[in-house]
Amino acid sequence: MSNEPIRVLLVDDEAGFVEVLQKRLGKRGLEITSAVSGTNALQVLRRGNFDVAILDLKMEDMDGIEVLQIFKKMDPEMPVIMLTGHGSEKAAQEGMANGAFDYLLKPCDLEDLIDKIRQAIAD
Amino acid sequence: MSDVHYYHGLAKSMMFTIVLVSFTPLMLITLIAGYQYSVAYKEKIVDHLREIVLKHDQSVDSYLEEKVAELQVLADVEGVLSFRNEESLVRLHSALVRRHGGDFVDLGLVNSKGIQVAYSGPFKLQEANYTEAEWFKAVKKRQVYVSDVFLGLRGVPHFIIALRLEADGQEWVLRTTLDFIAFNKLVEDIRIGETGMAFIINREGEFQTTPRRDMTAEVPFLRQLASGMHLNTGLVRGRATMVTAVNPSTGRDTIFVTSLIKNGDWLMVYQQDESDAFSALNQARNLATVVLLLGGIGIAVMAYLMSKRMARKVEMSDLEKEMMNEQVIETGKLASVGELAAGIAHEINNPVAIMVEEAGWIQDLLDEGLGVDDNNREVQRALTQIRNQGIRCKDITHKLLSFARKIDPTVKPVFLNELVQEIVDLCEQRSKFASVHIETSLSGSIPQVAASPSELQQVFLNLINNAIDAMEPGGGNLDIKTRNDDGMVMVSIEDTGCGIPKANLQRIFDPFFTTKAVGKGTGLGLSIIYGIVNKMGGEITVKSAVGKGSIFSIRLPTACSAGLEPEKDKPVGDPNSDSLV
Repeated sequence: MSNEPIRVLLVDDEAGFVEVLQKRLGKRGLEITSAVSGTNALQVLRRGNFDVAILDLKMEDMDGIEVLQIFKKMDPEMPVIMLTGHGSEKAAQEGMANGAFDYLLKPCDLEDLIDKIRQAIAD
Repeated sequence: MSDVHYYHGLAKSMMFTIVLVSFTPLMLITLIAGYQYSVAYKEKIVDHLREIVLKHDQSVDSYLEEKVAELQVLADVEGVLSFRNEESLVRLHSALVRRHGGDFVDLGLVNSKGIQVAYSGPFKLQEANYTEAEWFKAVKKRQVYVSDVFLGLRGVPHFIIALRLEADGQEWVLRTTLDFIAFNKLVEDIRIGETGMAFIINREGEFQTTPRRDMTAEVPFLRQLASGMHLNTGLVRGRATMVTAVNPSTGRDTIFVTSLIKNGDWLMVYQQDESDAFSALNQARNLATVVLLLGGIGIAVMAYLMSKRMARKVEMSDLEKEMMNEQVIETGKLASVGELAAGIAHEINNPVAIMVEEAGWIQDLLDEGLGVDDNNREVQRALTQIRNQGIRCKDITHKLLSFARKIDPTVKPVFLNELVQEIVDLCEQRSKFASVHIETSLSGSIPQVAASPSELQQVFLNLINNAIDAMEPGGGNLDIKTRNDDGMVMVSIEDTGCGIPKANLQRIFDPFFTTKAVGKGTGLGLSIIYGIVNKMGGEITVKSAVGKGSIFSIRLPTACSAGLEPEKDKPVGDPNSDSLV
């Protein structure tokens, strides 16, 4: 494993959440690029490469699953961890079926998230 | 209050129906059977009376004929000469008395000049002159004459049989006085009931027998009856005639059975008070009336008690039904809240996630030390964010709680626009994720409607949920409009969803009808909506085209038309115009 920081693409339309998560992950040595909508995320991905993507399942402009499918076409190697505020895990499992690496339910433990990110890269 | 009237009315109509249904046949049977019985009974009584009269009529006639025949036999056998001889007359008379009791009171022979030439009897009537006697005049014309009862020379009632004889070219009259008492007994014995009695009158209406009681008051009436003998009024010998008339002396309806006797000279009359003659019938009638009356009272009491009990049962079952309805509505509401839950969970989990992360961030900063960089200010920011997200959570839960409170079916004036807006806000998150754009056009000029707010909330929530379902997964537009409609208020909810096939359109308001997968829908939503809207006096209609969308339109009565005092509150929308909000 190299010492280069892990590049994470964080996609969520909840700006407050993105902001604080970016700060915390950044503090832990991760390189975070954030996007606050589906379309924004696609633009960001087009411009650069990422080791892993964290993707909200429900967003106002685009469905998380839809974004996931495009991600998989654009960069099939990049693992995607789904994040969802839904009470039910059903939607998250739908993401798994579409090629997501794993999913987490909001609110989640930061350590769990970092573990998942590391697992995704090691895989 | 109107419920109480309703159940009273129900009990009353049930009671009248029971009384009518059970009393009418009872009454009809009693009347018909009573009528038939009374006709048959009266016929029987009348026949019986006629028979009695005819029987006695015959016995009177045969009594007289017998006496005449005996006298004729005597005359034929003995000849006039034997009667002329006083001694032989006495012997013959005593022989008659011996064989016939006291019937033949006396026996006498009268010559053609009316002088009694021989006599045997208790009175001294030798040489008596009968020239002017009616019977003497009558017997000159007829061979045999039986007189009316009269007082005659001796001043006691009696009647005479006179027989015209011829001997040696001379005319003689053999006469005998018949005992009135023996004759009277023939009819006096006819006694039926308390008022039934018989007597004989002649053409002049004079009594030929002694009636049982004083009948002077009836004489004019009887005269009239006797006068009928002269006319041809159906009085035929050998046939008894019956008339019913008011007896002037008693004032009561009286039956008169009459029959001609003595070749039409006399009239046998049997009279009896109608009430006495038909006393058994009257008793039966009274008994039937009492039974009918008691039966009627019994039926009325039973009907009253039964209908009261039935009405109470109906009331109880209505109450139960109402409770069940409420429970069904409550259940439906929970189901629609369940549908919302996913959206709500997301909505709450987002601020919660922010709060958790911000708290973690504060921890990170504290670990680092507040003095480093501008960590202090960052902690302040994080705390403000936590507070803001907490308030966001509270707003959501309050919104949800205000909806999920228990259903209250009380109808009151409702600002429809406000209520619609509330529900739209509640569904905002779900619609956002479903890519459904909700647009409201709420008319500011609509009056308040008469409805139960909590039930109405459920109606709209259900319809909006359904509409969003119909537009998934592609999303679409949801137009909600309110406007005035012919004295009522119309709300329409129009979606651009999949639409409802024509075959299903007829059944969508049926309970348990659903096209959703097993476990996804109860099929009760629309039927509950239908029930709620109907109960409020409104109506719901649906138009749909497959692939284009559906419009649900609900018309609700205004608070004024339902007799409710409108609430003073500021409605959503511009009250001065019909502009859309």
